[in-house]
Amino acid sequence: MAMHFEYKIEGGDFTRAGNASSQVKRTLKQLNVDPKVIKRVVVALYEGEVNIVAHAYHGEIHIDIDTEKIKLALIDQGPGIPNIEQAMEMGFSTATPEVREMGFGAGMGLPNIKKNSDKFRIESEVGVGTKLYIEVYINQ
Amino acid sequence: MKVSEIVEKLNLEVYSGQSGLDRGVHGGYSSDLLSDVMGHAEYGDVWTTLQTHKNVIAIASLKEVAAVILVKGYKPEADTIKQSNEEGIPILGTSKETFEINGLLYNLLKK
Repeated sequence: MAMHFEYKIEGGDFTRAGNASSQVKRTLKQLNVDPKVIKRVVVALYEGEVNIVAHAYHGEIHIDIDTEKIKLALIDQGPGIPNIEQAMEMGFSTATPEVREMGFGAGMGLPNIKKNSDKFRIESEVGVGTKLYIEVYINQ
Repeated sequence: MKVSEIVEKLNLEVYSGQSGLDRGVHGGYSSDLLSDVMGHAEYGDVWTTLQTHKNVIAIASLKEVAAVILVKGYKPEADTIKQSNEEGIPILGTSKETFEINGLLYNLLKK
């Protein structure tokens, strides 16, 4: 079993945030993956989708599923993160007032993603964009 | 307890997602921060919030909450209603404040 999905995400388009997560959730359910594992993938992926919508200009999500793990790569073209350590702190956010008003931008996204990942790597270049690599193991 | 029983006992408005009224309620969660709900709401919770936009249903669906209750007379936006109907997750409403409706829900669910 090996599956690959790709999604494109536009910055600012909140109406479609969650589409990739919901598709992946459906697929993992059909594959009878442990619900606890599905939960972790869905939380990490949703937060990642929202990050791209809230901060970047556009981005791509690559999802690979095999018998051992779910691999997510979220790659965006955007402003990048000047201080990753700070961005990883619970409660730190650079979201706009509009985004915060919607209930996003509470500074929980990246910490939530890390918490729900077995492997987590973030690379960012200011003025270019951010890359997030996440793995969740199917057999915990 | 079913969503429909909560609607009846707490005299809630049903805005949408009627097909989900027989969903089972196992608990509740209350927050207007979507990441917080994403991280902490559980399957079968009723979620009380004042957020009315479509992303509420995206999260409600991903977390498989039983229903959403909008507080203080807030009403769902048109595309939120549409999504709620598609997902079969009821959006309910009350004129009460979060504190008050949570207290009533808590007493109802702990029985």
